[in-house]
Amino acid sequence: MAGVLYAREEPGKGEGGRGVTLADLLAGVIFAALNAYAVLAGADFGGGVWALLAHGPRKERQRDLIAHAIGPVWEANHVWLILAIVLLFTGFPAAFARLGVALHIPLSLVLIGIVLRGSAFTFWRYGGETDAEQRHWGVTFAVASLITPLLLGTTVGAIASGALGEAGRGKGEGFYPGYVAPWLTPFALGVGVFALVAFAFLAAVYLTLEAEETELREDFRRRALGAGVALFGAALLVLVLSGTGAPRVRAGLILAPWAAPLHLLTAGAAGAALVALWRRRYGAARVAAAAQVSLILSGWGLSQYPYILPPDLTVAGAAAPVATLRLLIGALALGAVVLLPSLYYLFRVFKSRTPVAPPTTPPTPPR
Amino acid sequence: MSDLLAARSQMGVSLAFHIIFAVAGIAMPVMMLVAERRWQVTGHAIYLDLAQRWAKGTAILFAVGAVSGTVLSFELGLLWPEFMRFAGPIIGMPFSLEGFAFFTEAIFLGIYLYGWDRIPPRAHLAAGVIVALSGAASGVFVVIANAWMNAPTGFEVVQGQAVNVDPLAAMANPAALPQALHMTLAAYAATGFAVAGIHAMLLLKDPDNAFHRRALAIALIVGGPAAVLQPISGDLSARHLARHQPVKLAAAEALFHTQAGAPLTLGGWPDVDRRETRFAVDIPAGLSLLAFHDPGAVVKGLDAAPRDEWPNVPAVHLAFQLMVALGTYLALVALWTGWRAWRGADLAHERWLLRAIALAAPMGFLAVEAGWMMTELGRQPWVIYGVLKTADAVTPMPGLIVPFLTFTLLYCFLGVIVVWLLYRHILRSPEILEWRGFYMPVKSRGRGKGEGG
Repeated sequence: MAGVLYAREEPGKGEGGRGVTLADLLAGVIFAALNAYAVLAGADFGGGVWALLAHGPRKERQRDLIAHAIGPVWEANHVWLILAIVLLFTGFPAAFARLGVALHIPLSLVLIGIVLRGSAFTFWRYGGETDAEQRHWGVTFAVASLITPLLLGTTVGAIASGALGEAGRGKGEGFYPGYVAPWLTPFALGVGVFALVAFAFLAAVYLTLEAEETELREDFRRRALGAGVALFGAALLVLVLSGTGAPRVRAGLILAPWAAPLHLLTAGAAGAALVALWRRRYGAARVAAAAQVSLILSGWGLSQYPYILPPDLTVAGAAAPVATLRLLIGALALGAVVLLPSLYYLFRVFKSRTPVAPPTTPPTPPR
Repeated sequence: MSDLLAARSQMGVSLAFHIIFAVAGIAMPVMMLVAERRWQVTGHAIYLDLAQRWAKGTAILFAVGAVSGTVLSFELGLLWPEFMRFAGPIIGMPFSLEGFAFFTEAIFLGIYLYGWDRIPPRAHLAAGVIVALSGAASGVFVVIANAWMNAPTGFEVVQGQAVNVDPLAAMANPAALPQALHMTLAAYAATGFAVAGIHAMLLLKDPDNAFHRRALAIALIVGGPAAVLQPISGDLSARHLARHQPVKLAAAEALFHTQAGAPLTLGGWPDVDRRETRFAVDIPAGLSLLAFHDPGAVVKGLDAAPRDEWPNVPAVHLAFQLMVALGTYLALVALWTGWRAWRGADLAHERWLLRAIALAAPMGFLAVEAGWMMTELGRQPWVIYGVLKTADAVTPMPGLIVPFLTFTLLYCFLGVIVVWLLYRHILRSPEILEWRGFYMPVKSRGRGKGEGG
């Protein structure tokens, strides 16, 4: 491999000096995009999990509700991931290159999951003429929705664990140590489980707001409460595994000055979500659940800083030249002017309670 | 199969698959909008049915396009980490802009598809317009990034490192305009003729079917002008190649020797060892005329580059010839159609014309694939022309044949299903008896016999 070419004339010097550099700012934006992906698209994956687990007398209505909730928004939600990826490879090419090599296998599997989930969902909604065909796509969609978050979480766990250093990068130590060992660890898999439970929790909470009938709402309220409790369990599991799996993150989460307030906030949000669910205050539950997941992700991001890929690749060290960073941030500002109002409109049309319209079937041509 | 070849094959398959959906995703919304607008103006239900079928088609194609596009954005790093390490900061900008355009497209497509009875008709149409515009913009941005690989600008290499990186200069590379123009026109021509071809086929069996008549007319309105303009943009591309990518042009034309008054070589099989093209028809000075608009101009041949920097000449030549032949056919059929429509003929009863259009159905997409092969294979062995070789950009990961076969199988499977769904939901004649008739029924604005739509 002739790794002779590097686009790093003045690596990540940002504006120079201390304080927040352009690279930090861009890393923050990428993190925010990932956070949005988790809170929005995560719930779409979680919806698939509930479609898989649908049971009881209202099984079909549960599935219809899920499909109806995901339909208009899942593609827009999915783009947060693409945005994070293109910003990563433009702004932090060294990190992107290293991720692509060390996490080739789980990322390829994530991609297969993403492809199957998206297409199966579309085929499910637009597809089958027969019930059997419909069921077939529904199951594919649901299984892909289960596997993808697991693997996505595993890649995040692999990053956090610090296994993607220069040393662990396919350096003639053979296939397993270079391409499998970094992510096939109890800690990384634990994070995968955690992601899955968190997404299912978010989905159940959001679905309580989507349901228009009391019984259906109660179905998802029970699921949300169950998933909320399971999330505590998963968090505990990750915490225990981090002792050996991700010492750096663990140290950050315990010792850093921001640690205690963050934990308090997270616990507060988690408690609030459960209480709100219990008291059937679904709007409040939605806000609290999204805040809880965002805060947990923030804990990961903060504990890892200043490294983009611990233990040796820093945000500054991986950053693109300043000319690129400046333009990129400018483009982000412009893009936000277009995107944010559009997103607001999308969610106002489909996710606000006020314009109560029947399920969106297009007007049928008069016969 | 070597890992390099497997990586190239996986990227090739991913692109060949995605490009179909990207191209359809650019042009389908335009057809759907024309139909919706016709519905709003005429109040006729056939147009609403068409708009909704095409919207359904757009939904299916867009979903598969979105996920296969995601695969590509990751594959840049999974397969070509060294390329991205070098090129990311220089050419990431158009990818980021594409991200925004794509985001806008996804948002408004959601609004369009699910908002028929939730927002006012004007807002609905406007959402569709935004989908069409942002779809075209995404395509342009991605092609600009590809153009940079062909004609890299906006940086200098000093001791193996890129310095003085200027992303705007990289976007303004000399290949950007010709490629973006050529690809965008190709999207409208290929999709328009694919849809028109299928409805022409159905009209051959059932010429009075009002549904297929309207569908044919709208598809031709979208595809026809683009097909006629495409040769002009092709000329622009050829002249760009002659100046900036001489090796690619030489391979495409199977021109082994640099010469003044270079001939245009039609067909034939390039024999690389003997450095001559056998069984070809040569048009004297044709290539010089096309490439420089001067019959005496000197055109660089393959001998201008060292032998180890030649692409696979027969493959590039073949792909290029195929693209040109198919594109020419589409342009001629479009002209024929335009002439007959201008003369007031009822297209649905022009059986020979319908046959020609039906034959054109797959040709636009084949031309797109051939053109893509020509531009990508023609750049080899470089991934960034003259700067970074493909072999130096590939991942060190072994066993790449496994992901290559996996994604190939996955895409074959999806391709079959998409074709089946499109046939069943979009193209099959509607089960509405009165639409089988020649005349536009109820509420139509008195369009009479002899006007195809």
